[in-house]
Amino acid sequence: MMLSQTLPALQVVLPLVAAPLCLFLRPPKLAWLFAMAVGTATLATAIALIIQVQHTGPIHYEMGGWAAPWGIEYVIDPLDSLILGLVSGIAWLVLVYAGPSVEAEIHRDQIPAFYVLFLLCLTGLLGMVATGDVFNLFVFLEVSSLSTYALVAMGRDPRALTSAYRYLILGSLGATFYVIGIGLLYMMTGTLNMEDLARRIPEVADTRTVAVAIAFLAVGLALKLALFPLHKWLPGAYTHAPSAVTAFLAATATKVAIYVLVRIFFTVLGPIDAFQTLPAAISETQVVAVLAMLAMLSGSAVAVFQTNVKRLLAYSSIAQVGTMMLGISMVSVTGMTAGLVHMVNHALIKGTLFMALGAVALRVGSVRLEHLDGIGYRMPVTFAAFLVGAFSLIGVPMTAGFISKFILVRGALEDGHWLMAAAVVVSSLLAIVYVWRILEVAYMRSPPATAPRVREAPLVMLAPLWLLALGNLYFGLDTTYSVGLAQDAADYILTYMPGEGPPGEHPGLGPGARPAVPSSGGAH
Amino acid sequence: MNHHSVLRTMTKLLMPPIMLFALYVQFHGDYGPGGGFQAGVIFAVAFILFALIFGPVRARRVAPAWVTTPLTAIGVLLYAGVGVVSLLLGGEFLNYDVLAHDPHHGQHLGILLVELGVGITVWAVMVSIFMAFVERGAAAHADGILDGTPDGTPDDREDGHA
Repeated sequence: MMLSQTLPALQVVLPLVAAPLCLFLRPPKLAWLFAMAVGTATLATAIALIIQVQHTGPIHYEMGGWAAPWGIEYVIDPLDSLILGLVSGIAWLVLVYAGPSVEAEIHRDQIPAFYVLFLLCLTGLLGMVATGDVFNLFVFLEVSSLSTYALVAMGRDPRALTSAYRYLILGSLGATFYVIGIGLLYMMTGTLNMEDLARRIPEVADTRTVAVAIAFLAVGLALKLALFPLHKWLPGAYTHAPSAVTAFLAATATKVAIYVLVRIFFTVLGPIDAFQTLPAAISETQVVAVLAMLAMLSGSAVAVFQTNVKRLLAYSSIAQVGTMMLGISMVSVTGMTAGLVHMVNHALIKGTLFMALGAVALRVGSVRLEHLDGIGYRMPVTFAAFLVGAFSLIGVPMTAGFISKFILVRGALEDGHWLMAAAVVVSSLLAIVYVWRILEVAYMRSPPATAPRVREAPLVMLAPLWLLALGNLYFGLDTTYSVGLAQDAADYILTYMPGEGPPGEHPGLGPGARPAVPSSGGAH
Repeated sequence: MNHHSVLRTMTKLLMPPIMLFALYVQFHGDYGPGGGFQAGVIFAVAFILFALIFGPVRARRVAPAWVTTPLTAIGVLLYAGVGVVSLLLGGEFLNYDVLAHDPHHGQHLGILLVELGVGITVWAVMVSIFMAFVERGAAAHADGILDGTPDGTPDDREDGHA
């Protein structure tokens, strides 16, 4: 096989093989350099996949040589390649950044284990995106979640343990709901392959089993992606995790969960319009849209009153998840594009902000507002990057955040959803309030006379931070790649139709032997 | 546990059959029910039983941390390594057909190695998790946190006359 044909497997296998190897690299610097090299190779693979998908359309890869739908298949379509690029790009930047930050925040003996867990988490996130099998997706969901719980627990604050425990319980609940959902779907269709499921689901669409499956999938995934009111694990986990972990999680973990929701509801269950037929909460407005708006408003409102900047930004993340879900819940190409673009842009925004905070934590030792007086003058380079990210978070024109909010409002107005457009504006106004609180402390107050002089963060931390900050400006001006790729993905998802599929029920049965559901559960 | 001779003797009697059964489940897993996961758990049960009866200090002598911790990684590496070898030989990831001169032998060899990898990792992880809990309890005992006795644990004293 040519190297280019094995790319879908390599994307997941590279970090998977590298993760256990890290355990044997005892010197922290060595483990870091190795993880960074792996991150670079993973990013290169993702970029190659994006180019290949743009040229040849969706790529299929049969794991172990077993043909789909019997074996596990990896499928990279435009949506997958966009998210793979996002996750591996952020992972690479965070891995570059992690070195000094991790050495300062994590016990020396645990540093190799940190990189093992980080790469495992990356494996899980990439696997969830690359796979074309709903059960394989669950396995990768667990790989990424379990490593995330341990990563959060590595925070130096003892409260990291309770946060990790809460995250463990709620995350496991979400994963369990997901697996119950796919179990019920398997019961009715006898298949776990996504394309095959999409092909067979219309025949059983009206059964109660499928309705229950949809409910379990919706609630389970809403827990994983922290949709209001199932977001309680998020603030603690983001606040107490080590800085590098927070930056990585905030930029990728919830995004991949949103991707899974889109994948399940718009392609696997797309043919039966599962998302569109979720119950309506208020008159015509569908329940996800209502929850998304509540998330935007409540998340932003709570953020205004926080004194720990990490926690403040965590609540802001809940609001931003609401923004993404609002776009997706419009079920129009513009709305879906807005949701997907905001996934990319929000990753850039929160990546920048949390990386800057990590640098502050390294030098000042705290990210509470009362310790940040005049930090804009004490660490000017770091905080200038924070400023760029903060403007992007508000949605100031010429920043990435503006682009996604602009498309979102346009999508809302196209379909006459005035309430949604208003919610976006109000939540942006609240964002100005909580961002202003930080900037006021950072720039309007002078540093206390007793404050020790602090140096800037080391260059390996500033470089990825500024790359992300400049990304915020770049994607605010040139949207060819962010909006372009997102629009391709949105078009593809909303017009998705499963292919014809193999002729027979089983290789041994020959063509045409596919009985109508549901007694045909023997495909596996 | 020094005076519980019945428990001590029964443990010693039971350990070989438990381990043997684990090996059976491991290597017969490609024909019958079983496989690496179940075998790893059963194999770990032997060690956990030993640790329950004879204490963590002696258990750590037969399964020291420098063995169990690397083995957690080595099992995964064996699994993934089989996949990488099959990639290098021109097949798909984990396509065992290419591992030997004909597909039948390849499939056999592949599943055997992969399941062995699973077994090793599961055994090492089970023992590591159990020992992590037990040793924390033992450390707390030694510090007099749990029962107020400041000096050594019973486990230290029973060494040498099993």
